[in-house]
Amino acid sequence: MTDISAVDRRQKAPLAPPGLISEAGVGDYLALMKPRVMSLVVFTAFVGLMIAPGHIHPVIAFTALLCIAIGAGSAGALNMWYDADIDAIMTRTASRPIPSGRITPGEAAGFGLTLGGFSVAVLALLVSWLAAALLAFTIFFYVVVYTVWLKRRTPQNIVIGGAAGALPPMIGWAAVTGSVSLESFLLFLIIFLWTPPHFWALSLLRADDYARARVPMLPVVAGPQETRRQIVLYTLVLAPAGLTPRLFGGAGVLYAVTAAAAGALMIALAWRVKRAPGGEGEARAARGLFSYSILYLFTLFAVLLVERGLPGLSGHAVM
Amino acid sequence: MAREPERVTLTPEQLRRRRARSIAIALALGVLVILFYIVTLIKGPGVLNRPI
Repeated sequence: MTDISAVDRRQKAPLAPPGLISEAGVGDYLALMKPRVMSLVVFTAFVGLMIAPGHIHPVIAFTALLCIAIGAGSAGALNMWYDADIDAIMTRTASRPIPSGRITPGEAAGFGLTLGGFSVAVLALLVSWLAAALLAFTIFFYVVVYTVWLKRRTPQNIVIGGAAGALPPMIGWAAVTGSVSLESFLLFLIIFLWTPPHFWALSLLRADDYARARVPMLPVVAGPQETRRQIVLYTLVLAPAGLTPRLFGGAGVLYAVTAAAAGALMIALAWRVKRAPGGEGEARAARGLFSYSILYLFTLFAVLLVERGLPGLSGHAVM
Repeated sequence: MAREPERVTLTPEQLRRRRARSIAIALALGVLVILFYIVTLIKGPGVLNRPI
C-alpha cells in the first residue's frame, strides 16, 4: 500500500518540450482512439440500437454507430492527451503515442476535439438530437469528470467514471426511439456495475504501476485485501442486476438462463480472487476475473441480440 | 532589417508520414460527403425532421 497525499495526486509531471515536428503515422492516430475500448462501446451501442423498439434505416443505424465510435475515439484521445504524464510512467501505457513521442500533446488535443465536435454534430444532424446530447455528455463525463477531476483524486474514480462507459447502449436506444427508457437504463446499469470489478481486477495486477504514477486506484490507497472485498461486493450486486432485463425489460428465457449462469461464474471467480493466497496465485485469479468479465458482458449483450433476431426466444415483442 | 524566417527541412520519413496523414484526412472527408449525400437521399424531405 502506498500513501499518496492529496497534493501529489493533483500534480501533473512535466511533458517533453512542445514544438516537435510530428512523425505520427495514421496508425498512431488510430491508437489514440483506444480501438479496443471502442470495440466494446460500439458493440454495446449496437445492441442498444438493435433491441430498441421501432425501425431505423440501416444507413442511419450505421451513421449512428460510426458517430458513437468516433465520439468514443475522441474521448480516448483527450484522455491520452491529459494523462500523457502518468502514461509515460506506467509500463502498460508508456508505449502510447504521446509518451513515446510519436504524437505531440497539441496534436492529440486537436484531434480529440475535432473528432468529438464532428461526431456529435453529425449524430445530431443525421440521426437524433437526444442521441447526440447523450454522446456529448458521455465525452464530457469521460474527459472532464473522470479523467481530469476524479482519476487522480479518489479511489472511487472508476466507480463514478464508469457511467461514461455505460452510456453507449442508451445512445443506441435513443438513436432509434428518440427517447430513453427503463429498458435502456437497465443496460446502462449492468455496464455501470460491471466496471468496478472489471477494472479493479486489472488494477490488482498493475498496482505498482498505478502507485508509481500516483494514481489512487483502490489497491494503491486501500490495499489488495480491501480491493478483493470490494470486487466481491460489486459482483454480488452485478449478478442480480444482470437479470433485470428479464425481470423488468422483457428479455427472454434464454437471456435469463445465460445471465444467471454467467453471473454465478462471475461471483465464483470474484470469490477466487478474494480467497487467493497472494503472489502468483492472486495474479492468476485476478487475470482470470479480468478476462472473464469481458466475456461476461459480451455474452449478456450478445444473447439480447440473438433474442431480438429470434423473437420466439424473447418474452415480449421488444427487447 | 527583416529577420530571415526559420525554416525546417522535413526528413523523407516525415514527408512520407505527412503524406499518409493527408490521404487519411482526404478519405475521411470523402466518406463524410458520401454519407451526407446518401442520408439526404434516404430521408428526402424528412431530412429536416429530427426527433428530440
